[in-house]
Amino acid sequence: MFDYTFQWRQAFKALPDMLGGAWVTFETAALSMIFGVLIALALTVMREVKNPLARGFANTWVSIARNTPSLFQIYILYFGLGSLGLHVSSWIALLAGITFNNAGYLAENFRGGLKAVPDTQVRAARSLGMSAFQAYRMIVVPQLLRIVFYPLTNQMVWAVLMTSLGVIVGLNNDLTGVTQDYNVKTFRTFEFFAIAAVLYYLIAKAIVAVARLLAWRLFRY
Amino acid sequence: MIEIDNVYKSFGALEVIKGVSLTVNKGEVVSIIGGSGSGKSTLLMCINGLESINSGSIRVDGTEVHAPGTNINKLRQKIGIVFQQWNAFPHLTVLENVMLAPRKVLGLSKQDAEAMAVKQLTHVGLADKLKVFPGKLSGGQQQRMAIARALAMSPDYMLFDEATSALDPQLVGEVLDTMRLLAEDGMTMVLVTHEIRFARDVSDRVAFFRNGLVHEIGTPEQVIGNPQQPETIDFLKSIN
Repeated sequence: MFDYTFQWRQAFKALPDMLGGAWVTFETAALSMIFGVLIALALTVMREVKNPLARGFANTWVSIARNTPSLFQIYILYFGLGSLGLHVSSWIALLAGITFNNAGYLAENFRGGLKAVPDTQVRAARSLGMSAFQAYRMIVVPQLLRIVFYPLTNQMVWAVLMTSLGVIVGLNNDLTGVTQDYNVKTFRTFEFFAIAAVLYYLIAKAIVAVARLLAWRLFRY
Repeated sequence: MIEIDNVYKSFGALEVIKGVSLTVNKGEVVSIIGGSGSGKSTLLMCINGLESINSGSIRVDGTEVHAPGTNINKLRQKIGIVFQQWNAFPHLTVLENVMLAPRKVLGLSKQDAEAMAVKQLTHVGLADKLKVFPGKLSGGQQQRMAIARALAMSPDYMLFDEATSALDPQLVGEVLDTMRLLAEDGMTMVLVTHEIRFARDVSDRVAFFRNGLVHEIGTPEQVIGNPQQPETIDFLKSIN
């Protein structure tokens, strides 16, 4: 057997700091999802229009976001932009990286969802005098979000877990950052990361629960 | 007044309307009959600009529907259309389906839009279904809701694109009754229909379409009662 003595008491003393970190993690994941959904909707529309520039832009975004490691995406935003003289904070780089990733994956989900909303819905809306934008906003998007809601929650969980990558660009006030700080100071690796894992689990569950509450209107029918 | 002047329309290489001219006067009910593929539904979609045209012109109250400067959203406010596949908005209740466009397009207050919606839904016999979602309604009820939805915009014209073709036979009557009431109220209507008897009852004029052209047109007594063209006679025989 291994001779490791658990020292939970010491670890639990760090709990207030870790909860502070958990809040940063929650915030980052939630913001990245909100921006991700909005950008994904825009990308979905751009992929449907005739303009080759808009389509090319959206397709490139989706293609890169889906086919490269999210670790690299964050790395490149932090050091890549930095080398161009554009210095962003670790947190901004992390948020931008996850948002980039979310938007790419979600746009692909939304494309499938959009196909499931019949064209005749737009036709009926336009026939009542609605503009194309109104027809999409009030008729297509609500139906689309209902169709893609469960794949969307998948991405939410993934966004929470991706925030742990912030540590590679020097983020130290999120849950992983705080945990890592305590770890190097105390070497109680197992205890701290076990607590962090439980907190991550709860954050992911909480984000999906909040999303389900916010989406109540989509599930009326 | 709807003035259709020498309209041509193709889908790719397929020419579906080949020079149709037709005028619908205020208060008139015009039925368009004919076999499938004769271009009658397409013409209806062209009237409110849901389909483009290749040449010719369509004017509604003097406004050119397909002119680049035309505010099509504004023009559509006075042209209601009812589709074959009723196209209810599934995520909204019956009341919300009917209220939506008056609120967002006409800019009515919530109270006014609701009052208008309730009035129209009562008119089509759905006053007890306000809070129900369309998925819970029968096809006939959904189609009546679609009629109320179009009427809530207070249109001057109503277009019906085979409004009863997708319904179970026992549900056709309730929708036709609603349309009949509308015709009796003096609404200007263009109906694409396969219900020959109904067309005969409510129409001021009937147009028989064939191969993208108006093949024969006149009063119901003329076109349905005593058709002159052999193709019209064949069509009427085949449908009965």
